[in-house]
Amino acid sequence: MSHATRRNILKTGIFFACCGVPHTRAALAWSMSADPLPVKQVADGVFAFAGAPAMMTRQNEGEICNVGFIIGDDSVAVIDSGGSVVEGKALIGAIRAKTDRPVRYLINTHMHPDHLFGNAAFKSSGATVVGHHNLPRALESRGTYYLQSYREAMGDDLMADIRIVPPTKLITDEEDLDIGNRKLTLRAWKAAHTDNDLSVFDHKTGVLFTGDLCFIDHLPTIDGSLLGWIAQLDILNGIKAKFAVPGHGAVPSPWPQALEAERRYFDVLASDIRRAIADGVPMTNAVKSAAQRERANWKLFDEYNQRNAIAAFAELEWE
Amino acid sequence: MFATIQLRNPLVAVVLFAFFGSAISSSAWAQNADSPESTTWSSLKGDVFGQKFIEPANGIVSIEAPKRAEDAAIVPIDLHFKTDAASGRIKTVTLIVDENPSPVAAVFRFGVDAGVTHLATRLRVNAYSYVRAIAETEDGKLRMTETFVKASGGCSAPAMKNSDEALANLGKMKLRVFSSKSSGMEPMTRATEMQLMIRHPNNSGLQMDQVTRYYIPAHFIQGLIVSQGNRLIMSMEGGISISEDPNFRFEFDAKPGEDVKVEASDTEGKKFQDEWPLASSSL
Ligand SMILES: [Zn+2]
Repeated sequence: MSHATRRNILKTGIFFACCGVPHTRAALAWSMSADPLPVKQVADGVFAFAGAPAMMTRQNEGEICNVGFIIGDDSVAVIDSGGSVVEGKALIGAIRAKTDRPVRYLINTHMHPDHLFGNAAFKSSGATVVGHHNLPRALESRGTYYLQSYREAMGDDLMADIRIVPPTKLITDEEDLDIGNRKLTLRAWKAAHTDNDLSVFDHKTGVLFTGDLCFIDHLPTIDGSLLGWIAQLDILNGIKAKFAVPGHGAVPSPWPQALEAERRYFDVLASDIRRAIADGVPMTNAVKSAAQRERANWKLFDEYNQRNAIAAFAELEWE
Repeated sequence: MFATIQLRNPLVAVVLFAFFGSAISSSAWAQNADSPESTTWSSLKGDVFGQKFIEPANGIVSIEAPKRAEDAAIVPIDLHFKTDAASGRIKTVTLIVDENPSPVAAVFRFGVDAGVTHLATRLRVNAYSYVRAIAETEDGKLRMTETFVKASGGCSAPAMKNSDEALANLGKMKLRVFSSKSSGMEPMTRATEMQLMIRHPNNSGLQMDQVTRYYIPAHFIQGLIVSQGNRLIMSMEGGISISEDPNFRFEFDAKPGEDVKVEASDTEGKKFQDEWPLASSSL
């Protein structure tokens, strides 16, 4: 059970008891602002929340990916805003429970809704939204679609406040941010999970926020380039981090062991698809059997594997 | 935004113009029933085919697509064709995705003696939508079949995965020939299966330029001609509903020894062409 569900049950239960009002959006909003996201201290001044390995729904309020923040001497940098404004506000609640320093940067690790549907919650904080130089383009071609397509699973109430807020500070290659005696290195990657992946490294503690370049437990989703991802795993692996906050999976996770499972999955998927292409098997048939032996190793395998296989097929056909 | 989009085919153009604006209208997102009534089709039909009567395909053309679009950007579609003496051969097939911003995905025209029996391609599907194929046979009749595709869940969007890669290799083509399944006696009766791939973003034009705030014009393959020797195998007039890196796998009656030639043109006026020898041994 996700903490959001638990929170709703508890708070609306009290609401019911004392006021007799039904479970409404007002009740929900009230409970949200009162209840910070249960973050975990990962290292000195580094906090993160572990999302549930699930699809985004009304019940989990989009809280399916890992989000976090780093506190410097002057200000705070937030890494991803979560899958709804409700989650974004709960994240702000968690920040405020630890520090009253201003949020200077909201860093989006990539374009996916579970990582940035909460951006609008930070509007009044004055934070600069930071992203990969490809992120604005990616959001322009997908933003409207995301807002429409998540309505069914998330419901109108949660969707009402969600806005696509693109970054204004763009990262090409590598750039450092200073939040007060604390240097963060942001790195823009070549196409891998998406074509706009950004990682954040905290020099003070050696914590690496990988964004969705690292999936644990939750099956990786390929929305950029399988070959690009595989090729960059070695570079990623070489980053001298103490441990990682992956995009999905345990917080924190050992580094670089956190990359092992997805590397194995990619190798299996690529070899199955390559064999099918060589044998002339049409895409429709090939994607049904590809990587099925990895099924027991992952959550959400049935939701995403076939889609990954389609993306892999379309890419590997050009080899 | 519309003035910059130029289409050679007035049919596709009309539909594109009519539906661009309503791409995200609420009706396009009615996603409850398994196969809902297609109100979209009733209004679309006249725009594409006028008052002409459309009868059921009865096996002349059949369509297969996954029930759920795992990846909204790449939905594989298979078309099978069968000709009978009464209706004659299939002259054209129009492929339509009802709920897409530009519903007419492609119009395929087949050569007189091409003998195309199967055609597979990949489409973008923006929403829960019917995907339909309408064949025009030699007797002048229209015959239609359709299938319902549910939109994907999760973060899959009908957009380019790797924009830089698609542009860097613009126009590059690849042709694969698969070994023949049936070994006929006469060269002209042997069905050969081929796959044609073209590197192209087949961009929807729904992106806005950050600096100018104008929509970037759609950029897609609008014309394609596949021939062998002097013989037309098939041609296509396409739109933005064909997936990035357009891909066509088809079976036809090949003549051994004659080159396969492909010419394509896009909305920016760029022309791409390539030629492949087709040795008897590969049939
Ligand atoms: Zn992601």
